[in-house]
Amino acid sequence: MTVFRYDKSWEGLLTAVFDAYARRQFPERLLAEKEPLPLFCDEAVTICTDPAKADRVWKGLQKRLSWTALSMLTVAWLSELPDIDGLLFRYIRKAIDAPQSIELNFGDPDVLAVSKIGKKVGSEAHRVVQFLRFQKAADGTFFAAVRPVYNVLPLTLSHLTDRFADQRWLVYDVGRAYGYYYDLREAVEVRFAEQEAHLLSGKLDEARMAADERLFQQLWKTYFQSIAIRERLNPRLHKQNMPARFWKFMPEKW
Amino acid sequence: MYEISSAGNKNRFRRKIISLGRKIYLSAEETVFLWDAINIIPIFANMNERVIEKLKVLAEAAKYDVSCASSGTSRKNRKGMLGSASGWGICHSFAEDGRCIALLKIMLTNYCMFDCAYCINRRSNDIPRATFSVTELVDLTIEFYRRNYIEGLFLSSGVVRNADYTMERLVRVVKDLRTVHHFNGYIHLKSIPGASRELVNEAGLYADRMSVNIEIPNEKSLQLLAPEKDFQSVFQPMRYIQQGALQSAEERKRFRHAPRFVPAGQSTQVIVGATADSDKDILRLSSALYRRPTMKRVYYSGFIPVNAYDNRLPALKQPPLVRENRLYQADWLLRFYQFQVDEIVNDAYPDLDLEVDPKLGWALRHPEQFPVDVNRADYEMLLRVPGIGVKSAKQIVTSRRYARLGAEQLKRIGVVMKKAQYFITCRELPFLTVHELSPEGVRHILTQKTGKQATDERQLVFQFQEEV
Repeated sequence: MTVFRYDKSWEGLLTAVFDAYARRQFPERLLAEKEPLPLFCDEAVTICTDPAKADRVWKGLQKRLSWTALSMLTVAWLSELPDIDGLLFRYIRKAIDAPQSIELNFGDPDVLAVSKIGKKVGSEAHRVVQFLRFQKAADGTFFAAVRPVYNVLPLTLSHLTDRFADQRWLVYDVGRAYGYYYDLREAVEVRFAEQEAHLLSGKLDEARMAADERLFQQLWKTYFQSIAIRERLNPRLHKQNMPARFWKFMPEKW
Repeated sequence: MYEISSAGNKNRFRRKIISLGRKIYLSAEETVFLWDAINIIPIFANMNERVIEKLKVLAEAAKYDVSCASSGTSRKNRKGMLGSASGWGICHSFAEDGRCIALLKIMLTNYCMFDCAYCINRRSNDIPRATFSVTELVDLTIEFYRRNYIEGLFLSSGVVRNADYTMERLVRVVKDLRTVHHFNGYIHLKSIPGASRELVNEAGLYADRMSVNIEIPNEKSLQLLAPEKDFQSVFQPMRYIQQGALQSAEERKRFRHAPRFVPAGQSTQVIVGATADSDKDILRLSSALYRRPTMKRVYYSGFIPVNAYDNRLPALKQPPLVRENRLYQADWLLRFYQFQVDEIVNDAYPDLDLEVDPKLGWALRHPEQFPVDVNRADYEMLLRVPGIGVKSAKQIVTSRRYARLGAEQLKRIGVVMKKAQYFITCRELPFLTVHELSPEGVRHILTQKTGKQATDERQLVFQFQEEV
């Protein structure tokens, strides 16, 4: 069995594809640099990430796949699933070897799997856009915390910067401990050295809140409760449409 | 005359107003009198509490309107404006009844001079009434929007004084939002039945979507239940909206910056189960509406007996949720599955089958069309197979160019094989199809219930009485 070791980055994966073709040797598994080798391993090749090689692979893919399929690949990568690199490696190999584009061949298990994972990540990004809740801080910044299953904050930025273009905001991924801050011009990635309470719980405390924040939360909660029709209560559908893992960060559910 | 000394008297005061209201609601002119005296109603401890109370009353008043879509307009943010509109619409929350909350669905006022039997806000009902001021409503919309609670505003109102007077007030709110506060989010505006062309035309410039509710699918029942309304007053504003939109589309072909008029089209709503109308009547009406340009959605609202004392209406144990669901399924067949209304319901089958969905019902009535070979059949025919939806039909059409598809692949694509297996052939030898098992047999297999599902609590129990 041949395995490749690489740094678990997107460029690293593309470099691995390049090296595999250069060596005419294709790995059965892709491993991280420190991961222990599997039993019965004949050869372990260490890949040095090289942006130039990655770029060449990407350019080659651009000739073979449509824009939609390419973005599906990067979106699927953001899922951070344990096996995603192996799956994408196989997909890229098939795309390079096939005489015509494979992206619509949903009879192929890898193509179907990539498209399904891509859709899952896409819908998680959509859920973040749906259920994200800003709280206004005393300095006028709007703060929102989320904890999505996949690493989808980058996918929501174009929507958020477009919609909330005239207010400063911070969206924060509590699980991955990073976020994006929008300063009225562009959204930049931020990490905090010190994990303050609101970065862990997602709730601003009273002292940091803008004066009218509590009122609007209360208004929204009132609205949320009055708009439901009691004769039609359907907790199962409610939970299905609005997964409970988001409730922690939504004022109507506090 | 209406002053109140201390805030602690809130409840006593409210009782007074309600009893006052009972006297006043008797005639239309007197309703107007109350409208003018509106500001006396919620004098509570402070401003905030007052707004909360109003919000509660007016959301309760608006909640029976089903529509909540925020789709149909795609609009980027522009400098100096607040917000954007996304083409597909975004649901920002879901109420505990499972319905989506995309827009701040609210009434400007729940005073109404009409006395429609099915409506919670009818004149003769003894309920708390309130009215928002323009500033309050605008503030709420904008602050909710900035916190990503909502996609925009859905504004409706009870009819006060006359249709145009009310419509004018609605238009004033949306105009204020758009021109003074530069609100660029979604606005759904209800057109008041009987509103004049000029006001509808002005409203259309600010709203993304407009709607007029039909509520009762035939004119006779409408006359019985809502004596102040007629079909004319409902369909006339609908025509105004349609004409305005077509005219604007024409103008935009010539002048790129001609204003857009109701870019997301219009919608309407029909109450299901309040009258003895069959599904055939309802679906024929909606199919006729869908043939009109700009009509995007017809909503079906399972009747909830909010005015149980009114004996013109049936006494239902539960709202007819299953029937409502079947109607939506039939609606989808009309819009996305290329069905004609007479194929779904006709004189022989005037009502939808509550046990099986309308597409399966059609397939069981037409076994001669099956089995369908998924590797050869055209897209239109694939759409008609129970268990294959729009997405899987499209995936089948693209994937079968590479290789013939088998049952395992169909399953992974997302075809519901539990249903589809009786209606298709694929690479493998055919399963037992609808011919071998007979339609009744397939129906029996697919409607068999196990365990928990054996008794369905949600089924409509009530039967309409025969008219003598």
